[in-house]
Amino acid sequence: MKLKGIKKNNDFRPTFFAFPYLAICIIFVVFPLMLVLFYAFLGPSGVNGFFDANGKFSFELFFNSFTFDNFVTVFTSENLILLLKTIGIALLTTVICLLISYPTALILASKPFNKYLILALLFIIPMWMNFVLRVIALKSLLYMIGIEDGFTATMIGMVYDFLPFMLLPIYTVLMDMDKSYKEASTDLGANNMTTFFKVTLPLSLKGIVSGITMVFMPVFSAYAITGMLGDTNTNVFGGKIDGLFVTPSTWGKGSALSFVLLILVFATMLLGNLFSKRTAGAKAAAQGGAK
Amino acid sequence: MSKKIVLVFKWLFLAIVLACIYLPIMLIIVYSFSSERNIGGQNGFGSFTFSLYSRLFSNSSLMEATRNTLIIGVVSALLATFIGTFTAVGLYYMRKGKKTVNFLSQITVVNAEIVTAVGFFLLSIFLRDIVKLPVEKGMAWLIIAHTVITTPYVILTVGPRLNQLNPNLYEAGLDLGAGPMHSLFTVIMPQLIGGMVSGFALAFTLSLDDFVVTNLNKGTNVNTISTFVYANLRRNLDPAIRALSTILFVVVLVVLIVFNIIKRNKEKSASGSK
Repeated sequence: MKLKGIKKNNDFRPTFFAFPYLAICIIFVVFPLMLVLFYAFLGPSGVNGFFDANGKFSFELFFNSFTFDNFVTVFTSENLILLLKTIGIALLTTVICLLISYPTALILASKPFNKYLILALLFIIPMWMNFVLRVIALKSLLYMIGIEDGFTATMIGMVYDFLPFMLLPIYTVLMDMDKSYKEASTDLGANNMTTFFKVTLPLSLKGIVSGITMVFMPVFSAYAITGMLGDTNTNVFGGKIDGLFVTPSTWGKGSALSFVLLILVFATMLLGNLFSKRTAGAKAAAQGGAK
Repeated sequence: MSKKIVLVFKWLFLAIVLACIYLPIMLIIVYSFSSERNIGGQNGFGSFTFSLYSRLFSNSSLMEATRNTLIIGVVSALLATFIGTFTAVGLYYMRKGKKTVNFLSQITVVNAEIVTAVGFFLLSIFLRDIVKLPVEKGMAWLIIAHTVITTPYVILTVGPRLNQLNPNLYEAGLDLGAGPMHSLFTVIMPQLIGGMVSGFALAFTLSLDDFVVTNLNKGTNVNTISTFVYANLRRNLDPAIRALSTILFVVVLVVLIVFNIIKRNKEKSASGSK
């Protein structure tokens, strides 16, 4: 009998090992998202609005507590501009990170450099240090060379913080790539340029996509960076949400904004999935063709 | 000849990117030995001194923030490693529902951090006001939140190791008379230790690095390094923070180098035994 995998040859299946985590996910991940949605439709008094002056629950007050006001106030020009601004900052950060990371990863994964794993490690070591401390360090350097807090400083900070997250997936994909495709391409007479655009780049798309997802959405929550390096004009959507949770009367508005962000997350996730499926299809086709 | 020029350019490119990455850190390290309060002031570097280090250890609120950060990081990473490893084993045997659990575990990974933070914030309010549980934002709540956020990463680290295991060893355990559960704990679990260590390290650094979830769920009296630095930024931040940054960077560097040396030696001995 040929054995393949532990599970194939006995009836012992401790699937219940995953159940506690399933419960944790439902209580601490799924339920809170429902709470966000719930609060997004509540008035300024929140759940306290369900109870009358004597602290008794009242169905009338309960039904009267629900409102669309939060969503009405969400779509002010101020918030829409902030949302667009955040998308702009996120796009710019993603593009700059990609433009720096891709050549870096390409060099690191190419011949003499791929022998020195420690070299690649050097690029991601800062990722392990507390990012607030790193941004403070950057702030000192920018101050020294005369760049004041503002949009430019914020962009430098964003790129500085997110660069390893773009570099790592691209580098991993390039290192794992089967080198024979490249050789085949050159053997068949393609020059370096053609080989890059027809072989290397398409095969590394998966790394690029996961790099983009690790940079684009997180920028929305990176209000610590705008707070440390920006001026009064630079903020990201996440900063606005955080600020709304200081006083209880604006929790509803904050939840509504969170809900908008949640929809955006799903939209980008679907887009990313669609894209990686297409690239996965292209990869399968390439491999099928190579056979 | 042109190949050599290209090579030089490649080295140059890497060197420039590395310089940009390390310049701020080096600046902080150098100035952690400075007598000056501000970097880039009129007096330049001032004189060489260790005063910022002694200042660091006498700044009680900064020391407390550091202690909180480490406690939250270690405890939540231990919990995440424990839960994540068991979940990975359970998922490995699961047929039905595997996709659902995987999807659920990915929610916090792909979600915007601020939405996760708001979720924990509202949950703490809900548990306190509606369920009437003694839940209060603070250390314990942060440990729970960090555990939930970092567990998926442990599952992602340990999961692939399970697929690489040699099934015959587990079989041998059964053949030698160990029950399935006994065989699981004495044969499979020990082989996962490498993945568990990586998972723990990842969970710990993610916890250390967290700002968004911590800031909304820390309560009024608790601070971690991140939230402390951020909150005191506008109010004349203690320059002792440079000493703290230096210590942290050196610790990270040493740990990573040791970790990599051990890994390389293991790989060497593994390939040697073949």
